[in-house]
Amino acid sequence: MCGIVGLFLKDKSLEPQLGAMLTDMLITMTDRGPDSAGIAIYGDGSAANAKMTIQSDNPDVAFDGLAKRLSAAIDTPVTLTPKDTHAVVALATNKVAEARAALRELDNSIRVMSTGDTLEIYKEVGLPKDVADRFAVAKMSGSHGIGHTRMATESAVTTMGAHPFNTGPDQCLVHNGSLSNHNSLRRKLRREGVHIETENDTEVAAAYLTWKMQNGSTLGEALKSSLDDLDGFFTFVVGTKDGFGVLRDPIACKPAVMAETDQYVAFGSEYRALVNLPGIDTARVWEPEPATVYFWNH
Amino acid sequence: MQTFDLEAEGLRKLNSTLHRQAETTNQTEWEIINPRGSHAIAVGLDAPIEVTIKGSTGYYCAGMNKQATINVHGSAGPGVAENMMSGAVIVDGDASQYAGATGNGGTLVIKGNASSRCGISMKGIDIVVHGNVGHMSAFMAQSGNLVVCGNAGDALGDSIYEARLFVRGSVKSLGADCIEKEMRPEHLAILADLLERGGCDAKPAEFTRYGSARKLYNFNIDNAY
Repeated sequence: MCGIVGLFLKDKSLEPQLGAMLTDMLITMTDRGPDSAGIAIYGDGSAANAKMTIQSDNPDVAFDGLAKRLSAAIDTPVTLTPKDTHAVVALATNKVAEARAALRELDNSIRVMSTGDTLEIYKEVGLPKDVADRFAVAKMSGSHGIGHTRMATESAVTTMGAHPFNTGPDQCLVHNGSLSNHNSLRRKLRREGVHIETENDTEVAAAYLTWKMQNGSTLGEALKSSLDDLDGFFTFVVGTKDGFGVLRDPIACKPAVMAETDQYVAFGSEYRALVNLPGIDTARVWEPEPATVYFWNH
Repeated sequence: MQTFDLEAEGLRKLNSTLHRQAETTNQTEWEIINPRGSHAIAVGLDAPIEVTIKGSTGYYCAGMNKQATINVHGSAGPGVAENMMSGAVIVDGDASQYAGATGNGGTLVIKGNASSRCGISMKGIDIVVHGNVGHMSAFMAQSGNLVVCGNAGDALGDSIYEARLFVRGSVKSLGADCIEKEMRPEHLAILADLLERGGCDAKPAEFTRYGSARKLYNFNIDNAY
């Protein structure tokens, strides 16, 4: 069991409250996933700058002077904004790949949680409320975001086993369920040269989507083909730069509820996650159909 | 009328209060406010009382009901009226997966749509759905009636034993051993009664009946010990 929440704002006046609304939704799903929690938030971006969210178990040491060292290594200005165990590195878009490689050289204990123009991912082990507090998620603004509360069934409770998983620039994935063919699929993807870090099943799904898209699929096509290539139970919510998507496996035993008003589209593993949203009493509330890809875009 | 604020007073107090109502109680009408999608609301009741829940409910609302009439003025989460024995549960909105699962008796009315596995392993319950039902509905159904005024999803009645399934609209596919059956006068009479109890004005003649072909393992006499 895990919990998923998602919120896509249509009404720009709600954007300053996105983090607060998502935090409230996330905490409601604590008893579906008290092991660890994570949030992907699509905030402000500027055309010239890309963002990398990075993580270290020893942030005081790892992030000290890192901006300077990274800047020297890739010969371009970077800024680094620490937030607890995470930090947001802002740099030119065309330097992201170089920065990723340079970080590995500078300090291989630093993990890259996300890259993109607007996406930031924060995730840690612990109760959802504590995780949200550590990163002050409630204070963040943004156009949309997704969150996850994890009850681990497949692999260890670790930061890297927590969701969301970054699948490409400004793309991320969260998952409720369990995949049964993740070991064979991991071997296949590794043979294709795909980097997979953990024994986690969702990381394999994320890597699969990334690999599909690198080979020419759109995100929608990659999700559709996952219905054939992934065996197991899943409700997926994917974040993209301008929206989010939802896919449930054909058996659809993992729950999903959606709500839509003029102001937002919201996703919850349960209706409980949605009850504090404005206008929920008159919202259109429904369950997404099995084996059907849904997208909402700005 | 007794009003109970679930948010203020909590689930345990609600259910224990409702459990204390004897058959002879004079507190026959209950209204539950602020359900906010909570789980296990009004579970295990055993008294002829009428409970109205003002809002949507989470998992397992009205499970194991005996005698009580439970109205949900909203939608219901997974497993509404699971294993009902008698009484009635009426959901004004939609119901999530496995509504009425393993129900032994009583009547479940869903005025919106029901999602997957509605009436799974039903054992005597009557279920009337005004809208559609999702895939694998009436899976391994053993007894009782499932009425669907809209359409049914994939694999309706898979591995069915003896329940009657009445569908007005389309059936995406039938499950193993489920077949279309003749609608005889006695079935029209049963269906008319179900529709009336379900508050549905559809005409019995518009429905098709489905049931068991009795060809699976357990029906083959050669498999008997």
